[in-house]
Amino acid sequence: MTIAVIQFGGSNCDRDSVQALGSMGFGAELVWHEDGLPEDVTGIMLPGGFSYGDYLRAGAMAARSPIMSEVREAAADGTPVLGVCNGAQIGCESSLTPGAFTTNESARFQCEHVHLRVENADTPWTSQYDTGEVIELPIAHGEGRYEITDDRLDELEAEGRILFKYCDAEGEVSPEANPNGSKHAVAGVTGESDHVAVMMPHPERASLDDLGRTDGQPVLSGFAD
Amino acid sequence: MTAFTVTVTVRLKHGVLDPEAETTQRSLERLGFELDDLRGADVFELDLDAEDADAAADRAEEMAERLLANPTIHDYDVEVTERE
Repeated sequence: MTIAVIQFGGSNCDRDSVQALGSMGFGAELVWHEDGLPEDVTGIMLPGGFSYGDYLRAGAMAARSPIMSEVREAAADGTPVLGVCNGAQIGCESSLTPGAFTTNESARFQCEHVHLRVENADTPWTSQYDTGEVIELPIAHGEGRYEITDDRLDELEAEGRILFKYCDAEGEVSPEANPNGSKHAVAGVTGESDHVAVMMPHPERASLDDLGRTDGQPVLSGFAD
Repeated sequence: MTAFTVTVTVRLKHGVLDPEAETTQRSLERLGFELDDLRGADVFELDLDAEDADAAADRAEEMAERLLANPTIHDYDVEVTERE
């Protein structure tokens, strides 16, 4: 079992992701984007960072790199794909997932811990949580504001494709608890099928026992399904 | 074939929040300028050879659809001029 953590020039959460997955017993390896996917790949993680220096739009260049065609094919064949932070931006730019992540409402880079409410616990990435459960994960992004048309967002809500919403410690969604101005406070969504998902907060940064909170481990466990 | 410069202007769709533009507007106002609104846009100038202006515009539109703009948040327009 090999989870490919894809490295682009400018990825910087790639090693953290491999370490977090490895600590949970997964076989995970770094895959340089020019080398293509390994044949035995059983999962794909698009890690955070600043691929291609965020040129044009965050994730825009990486989304058009040749390996992403392989990722889309693998996703279509049922391989789990998780995009985190810059990986989430790449996922939306490559149409693996709907919508776009764009400039924070504050117009600033924000690095802080946030609370998230689990919106749908019936996906591989959230099945170890309960719907409505509040977890805490770090964010670190300048372009994390989820944007999509109102109609499309209503459809996603109705289809249960919203994984997490930003909230306060009690689980209340409010403008004050929304760190980046995301529409409907969306922090993560699934693709057409729920084995493909993206999220701006970093589960891999809250998955090692030595570093305190491990609220992110259940997300990464989605690769086991 | 004729040489053209195609100018592709990419803007946020109406109604999509633009924090950078808002911040820029506030900064101008702090400098004492009066204005009602400010909108940012990205402009790309593409030098290319094509059979005619329509063909040049078609190629630039495909570039906008596939990379220069993100259809979820952007509108764009294309202007073709012949290059000397």
